[in-house]
Amino acid sequence: MPNILESQNLVKTYGDFTAVKGITFDIKEGEIFSLLGPNGAGKTTTISMLSTLYAPTSGDATIGGYSVTKDPMAVKRVIGVVPQDLALYEDLTAKENLVFWGQMYGLGGKSLTSRVDEVLEQIGLTDKAKNRVKTYSGGMKRRVNIGVGLLHKPRLLFMDEPTVGIDPQSRRAILDTVKDLNKQGMTVLYTTHYMEEAAELSNRVGIIDHGELIALGTQDELTKQVGETETLILHIGENEDPETLAKALSGVEGVQKADVTDHEVSVITADAKDILAAVVGKANERGIKIRSIDIREPNLEAVFLHLTGRALRDT
Amino acid sequence: MLKLLLIGIKDLKLMFRDRAALIFMLLAPFLLTIGMGFVSGRFSGGSTGLSDIPVVIVNLDQKELGNALEELFNSADLADLVEPTASSDPEAARRLIDSDQASAAIVIPQGFTDSVIPAEGTTFDSTAVQPAPVQIEVYANPSRPTGAGIIKAIVDEFLSRVEEGRVSGTTSLVGLMQSGLLNPQDVASEAQELFANVDESESTAITLKTDTQGAEAVEFDLLAYFAPGMALMFLMYTVSYGGRSILAERSQGTLPRMLISPTSNAQVLGGKVLGIFLMGVAQVGVLILASSIFFQVQWGDPLGVLVLILAAVFGATGWGMLITAFARTPAQVGSTGAAVMLIFGILGGSFMSLENFPPFMQTLSKITPNAWGMDGFVTLALGGTLKNLTEPVTALLIMGALLFAASVVLFNRNGIAQQ
Repeated sequence: MPNILESQNLVKTYGDFTAVKGITFDIKEGEIFSLLGPNGAGKTTTISMLSTLYAPTSGDATIGGYSVTKDPMAVKRVIGVVPQDLALYEDLTAKENLVFWGQMYGLGGKSLTSRVDEVLEQIGLTDKAKNRVKTYSGGMKRRVNIGVGLLHKPRLLFMDEPTVGIDPQSRRAILDTVKDLNKQGMTVLYTTHYMEEAAELSNRVGIIDHGELIALGTQDELTKQVGETETLILHIGENEDPETLAKALSGVEGVQKADVTDHEVSVITADAKDILAAVVGKANERGIKIRSIDIREPNLEAVFLHLTGRALRDT
Repeated sequence: MLKLLLIGIKDLKLMFRDRAALIFMLLAPFLLTIGMGFVSGRFSGGSTGLSDIPVVIVNLDQKELGNALEELFNSADLADLVEPTASSDPEAARRLIDSDQASAAIVIPQGFTDSVIPAEGTTFDSTAVQPAPVQIEVYANPSRPTGAGIIKAIVDEFLSRVEEGRVSGTTSLVGLMQSGLLNPQDVASEAQELFANVDESESTAITLKTDTQGAEAVEFDLLAYFAPGMALMFLMYTVSYGGRSILAERSQGTLPRMLISPTSNAQVLGGKVLGIFLMGVAQVGVLILASSIFFQVQWGDPLGVLVLILAAVFGATGWGMLITAFARTPAQVGSTGAAVMLIFGILGGSFMSLENFPPFMQTLSKITPNAWGMDGFVTLALGGTLKNLTEPVTALLIMGALLFAASVVLFNRNGIAQQ
């Protein structure tokens, strides 16, 4: 498949701070590409540059063959954007919001009316279309927020952490919507700091940290980077000191790496079962009570941990 | 252009759905206008609040009509309103105005009466072209527009009565001559009689409307002062509310969302400005309509009122944009806007006539759209028309244009989408 997006050395600086440090990647037409990284990694800044909101300090990207720096208006017609925060008029109804945003994308007349009705159907809000958005639940607002991005049937949809702060049911609905859109042929650039979402949705994943793309590939390609390792997650009590345990475990035979994340200690090892007894013994020695233990097979979380020494959820 | 309009209309719709804003924009100025009306006695037939307007009268005519005008200003009807001083030297009178010691000087030239009423012994030729009457000069003090406007309105009313009498009198005399009932030699004495009591018959009608019998009076209703005063003061609230919406949209993400749609920065900013403008026009328009319906306030020439509203809102919108361009958060716009609203309200004469201010304050007031707007509304309420609004309308348009230019420079420098 041809590339719909090609980013070359995108850099964004604010004074002395560099938010994005030369990101280069491409997205193929028809795929779901996830940018996975912790909060503050530079995901939203990258999306902002690609969507022409902010001009890159250096570098460029082409979307649908148009340069974001030289032909931003053409790029705007190719893309749709679902921003991280709700960007809606709460005192307008869902329908009024969709009509206004549709007009901003140049829709009008019957095509606007029919498209608004289609999108309302798609996001499941036809019955409540005439209610003001401020009366909606968080999940319903998220759905309208997504609906706005779909109005003009963009070839490439940017979704910037669309599931932040919503209930599991709405989250499930949004992930299913993304998959449906992709099945209909829409290319999606999805940013998240939830490893599970990237794992479920993506054809390819780019891992971003401190403004740098530190890994890029399919899930298989990425997990191979950490080798055939497993991760042992030790959940300890709130009054226990995870640092002490992590230090103690670093010396245990078979432990490749031990890191602290909140009240958990993540231990990377070739075979979790082999070191389990030794790990529990070390904890007992230090008087640290382990509340529960999870064993995880190689995944994107482990890749991030492997590459950065930190867990995704707590950075 | 279409998107600009769509954004503006959307903002107007949102304003009408914001109850708190509506209370501030419409109810508060309306209630304050009523309050000011009660305080000033508008609803109890008391004083107009405008009194003792200093005027210098130079009567070089010293005949019937000149004396009638002088007596009118010294009449009991206008005793509370004007404080006339007689002078015999036009230059000295003008100097008094230039040094801001009076609101206006009235110079009644020699021969004024004779130019209207033929002198005794004159032979009347009905076929000859009648000479135009000698002009009375009203030398107005520009720093006291309200007082000068009232003086001018009284003189204009007097002159229109005289002109009315002259035309109908001449017509009657010509008719009598043509029918053979009157000799040309007797015309002058008949004319003398016709005009002899012009002061007595008309002067009582030339007065401010301070009571219920003012149907034919020079009407200056106090609410026609306070209603625009309050509307203009709260207009500053409206424009800062509109400006705040730019920053609010920026922080709530709708402004960036507009910018990533196929809409240019200029269209987005222009649409927001149009929204503020429409809000201001709607606010002042509703207040004017309400005061006309509920209190029968006479705003004057409708075309003049419309043009003045548009110009005043344009000038005020410029201030709203400038405040917004300097602020970083919606709260900053809100607090700065409230302060500016009060300062401009006081400085711009929303509560009391600028003539009561010291000269430097009167000069400073020129930076406010309130002062220019008040000047225009008072002119209209005193019977002026669009033609008399050149100065305030031009000033308001220049003010708006300069402030827009400054705010666009600031927005461009900081980036409209940047937090």
